[in-house]
Parts: sequence; C-alpha cells; structure tokens
Amino acid sequence: MKKERFLIPLLLILIWQGLSSLQVIPSYKLPSPIEIVLGFKDLLMVGVPPGHLLHNHILYSLYRVALGYAIAALLAIPLGLLMGWSPVLLRMIRPLFELVRPIPPLAWIPIAILWFGIGIKSAAFIIFLGAFFPILLNTISGVLSIHPILIEAARTLHAREKDIFLKVLLPGAVPSVFVGMRIGIGIGWMTLVAAEFTGVKEGYGLGYMIMTARDIQRPDEILAGMLVIGVIGLLIDIGLRAVELRMIRWR
Amino acid sequence: MTLEFLGISKTFAGKNSGESVHVLENIQHRIENGRFVSIIGPSGCGKTTLLRIIAGLEKASSGSVLLDGKELVQGTEEVGLVFQEYALFPWRTTLQNIEMGLEIRGVNKDKRRSTAMEYIKTFNLSGFENRYPRELSGGMQQRVAIARTLIMNPRVVLMDEPFGSLDSQTRNSMQEFLLGIWQKRTDTILFVTHNVDEAVFLSDEIIVFSKRPARIIKILKIEYPRPRDRTSEECNHGRRNVLKILEEEMKRKESVHENRRDIL
Repeated sequence: MKKERFLIPLLLILIWQGLSSLQVIPSYKLPSPIEIVLGFKDLLMVGVPPGHLLHNHILYSLYRVALGYAIAALLAIPLGLLMGWSPVLLRMIRPLFELVRPIPPLAWIPIAILWFGIGIKSAAFIIFLGAFFPILLNTISGVLSIHPILIEAARTLHAREKDIFLKVLLPGAVPSVFVGMRIGIGIGWMTLVAAEFTGVKEGYGLGYMIMTARDIQRPDEILAGMLVIGVIGLLIDIGLRAVELRMIRWR
Repeated sequence: MTLEFLGISKTFAGKNSGESVHVLENIQHRIENGRFVSIIGPSGCGKTTLLRIIAGLEKASSGSVLLDGKELVQGTEEVGLVFQEYALFPWRTTLQNIEMGLEIRGVNKDKRRSTAMEYIKTFNLSGFENRYPRELSGGMQQRVAIARTLIMNPRVVLMDEPFGSLDSQTRNSMQEFLLGIWQKRTDTILFVTHNVDEAVFLSDEIIVFSKRPARIIKILKIEYPRPRDRTSEECNHGRRNVLKILEEEMKRKESVHENRRDIL
C-alpha cells in the first residue's frame, strides 16, 4: 500500500476542518470532520431516533438487501444459464426484459407499496429489481462468451446435455456471473437506502436513519450515516471480490 | 479398427439462401486397423470437415462412414478427436481436464483419479496436475488434450493439426512423443496437417486432398521403417513426392481461374 494515496484526502479534510473552524463553512449546512466523528459516536451510543442504535439500523438494512439479493441471484443465474443455452428461449423472453429493465427500480416503489404494503417485502422487492437484471444479463453474456469449441470438446467426450450444462456452461459463465453479482449488489445497496426513505415499519434501516436525522436537524449524523452506507457498500464489494478471486483463479 | 469412407460429400448451406459451399466431394477410402494416416491438402480444403463428420460433430450431406464395416453411430465411444486449438477447459486443472471424459462416463472418483494419474505420468505432466491450462506451455497443453482424448480408449483417434501452433522444436519432439504413444497402442490414427514434413515423418499413408471441394487426388504409402530420420534420403524423397502433387494441384486451379477470366 502506497502512502501517497492518502495525501490528497488528508489534505482536503484538513482544509475543510480549517474552514469550518474559521466559520467560513456554516456548521448547520456542512458540519466539520470533527463534528461528523462526534455525530458518528451519537449514532453508535444514543441512536436516531433515540434508542435505535446504529448497529441495528445496519442489521435491518443488510437483512433487506440479503433477502432481495438472494432471491434475485437464485432466479437470475439459472434463468440466465437457460437463456444463454437456448436461443429460442432468449428470443422469447428478451423483449419482455428489455422493456422492463429501463424502468428504474425506484419507480417501482409506489406499486411495491400497493402490492406488499410498507415493510420488508416492499424493500426486498425493490432490491430484487435492482439486482436481478445485471445478474441475468451478465449470466447470459457469460454463457454466450463460452467458445463453442469447448462445447464440442465436451461432446466428443460423450457429454449429454446435462453434462454440458453443468460442466461447461455453468463453470464457463462464472466470471461473468460474478461481474453481474457485483454490479447487482451495488445497485441493490443503493436502491435499498432510497427505498427506506419511503418508510419502514420496524423503525430501523440506514436510509430511514438518515431521513430521521434530517427531520431532527442533525447534519452531522446525516453525513456520518452516509459514510457508514458508503463504507458498508465498499466492504460488501471487497468481500465479493475476494470470493470471486478464489472462484476464478483459472483466469 | 478399420475406418472406411463411402462416398462422403458435404455441402454447407450458406447463411443467405443460395450461397452454399461445397466442401467434400465423394471421399472414398478404406484405412486399415492400426495405421497412422495423414491427410494433407491446401488450407481450407475441407480436411477438418471430414474429421468433424467422423467425430459426429457434423453430418455428411451424403455417403457414410464405416467402423469395422458397421455404420458409424453418432457419439460412439470408438472415436476420439484432438482439436487444433487444444480446446482445454480453462477452469479445469490438468488433472481435471484429463478426468473429464471419465467423469462424464460416471467412473467413480478414486478410479478416475488413478487412471488420470497414470496418463499424467506417461504424458510427462507430473508436477503440473494442479495447474490451469493458461499456466502451461503450448506443448504441454497439447499433451493434456491428447491425454484427455486417449484416456477414453477410442479405437480411432482423429487429430486436427494438433501441432500447428507449436514452434518447430516442440513440434518435432511432440511428433516423436506421439509416435511413441501410438506404437504402444493399437489405435488407428487419422491426422490432419498441412505440414508435408510432419506427414512424411509420421505416417504409414498420406492422403492428398485437392482444393475445395476436396477430392482425394493421391494416396501415398510411406513404408520406411521407424524410427525415421527427417533428413534421410527416403524422407526427402517422400517430401518431394507430396510437394510435387500439391504444386500440380495449385497450378491446376490457377489455370481454371485463368480460363474463367478469358470467358469473362
């Protein structure tokens, strides 16, 4: 790890802190770095709203994401493999998806609330929509990118369709599936926070937390909460990348 | 196992209707059991297509292939194919690539592991069992590909320019290696190449194909004893023969083109 990569951020934080201390930047608009750290402490110890501590917000958010994301992956990967495998299926299903895919997941919120009410089901549904298409499309392109000669090689080793599916298409698509899963979790995590803005039944969730902080005029807690959201998103990506590296060592 | 071609022709339908490509024209020949036979011919003439038909990856437009006098059944275990570009599964290690066919056949894990390890030894791949294809040299990748095919014990082994992308040193040693392996087995080998030197060094018999649509224009028996010396008078003689036939073939086509130009 090189030290110079921290230089610019550190410098900016120092300048920011200096401008805040000189009251050039008003604290009610942009709190100073020190205030944000203190706000973070409040999120941890006091909670927003009081008693609703940070770790519980995180757990609820993660739970919603995990649920929506797991359903998205479990449906998108097998469906993507099938669609990549069968040109007929691809031609039949693709137009429908091409139509639905450009609709932003957040545009589904009103109908999600109508269908599922306010609560985890709605949030999970929104995340599902955000994660499903990137995983599906990347799985399809993963299968399509497999060199046909590998399928023929398997056939000359007397592979049946089942073997070709499990021993050629599935492993061959893995790198691309992971690309889709990483994009999917990124979009899922982003849509989650926005989905929580619309309300959560349990009173927990990172999106809900920063909206509550706004209601009680605590910009320090808003910014601390935003940072937490960013860091968790980063950690999820790092974790997934580590799994990915293990799975595709052959590349 | 004898391999017999009965009037095989192949025409590919073009993507736009009407533009069909005539690749093979009435291929008729019988290859005796245990022979090493090469097919040589101008590039793009249809050598690969013939192999693909025998391997069951393509259907002949007419004619048929007989194995020991019986019509070839598509997907038969008697035939194995080694591809030009190795076609190893990049996500499988050396060991897993070699095991693939046995895995598909449903051989239990211990048995297929021990069989594959024997092949790894014979093919000088010890120490590379757990390497992925991208970590292997071209010569090694081709040995993995050959082992992966031979472990299935095919009685007819088809090889499509297997050493085409190797440098000449590696190519020479792979040729010797292949002969060594083949002499211990009783397989019939049908070997496609466009390298005259290689064909003369390896084969009992060389089939010379014409330009597309490919016909058999000559069958040469190469009866020099093995091991052969590439630089010997005999091998030179063989090469001269093959080259002469190929040259005449190229000329013939050129003159046809000239005639056509005259008509136009």
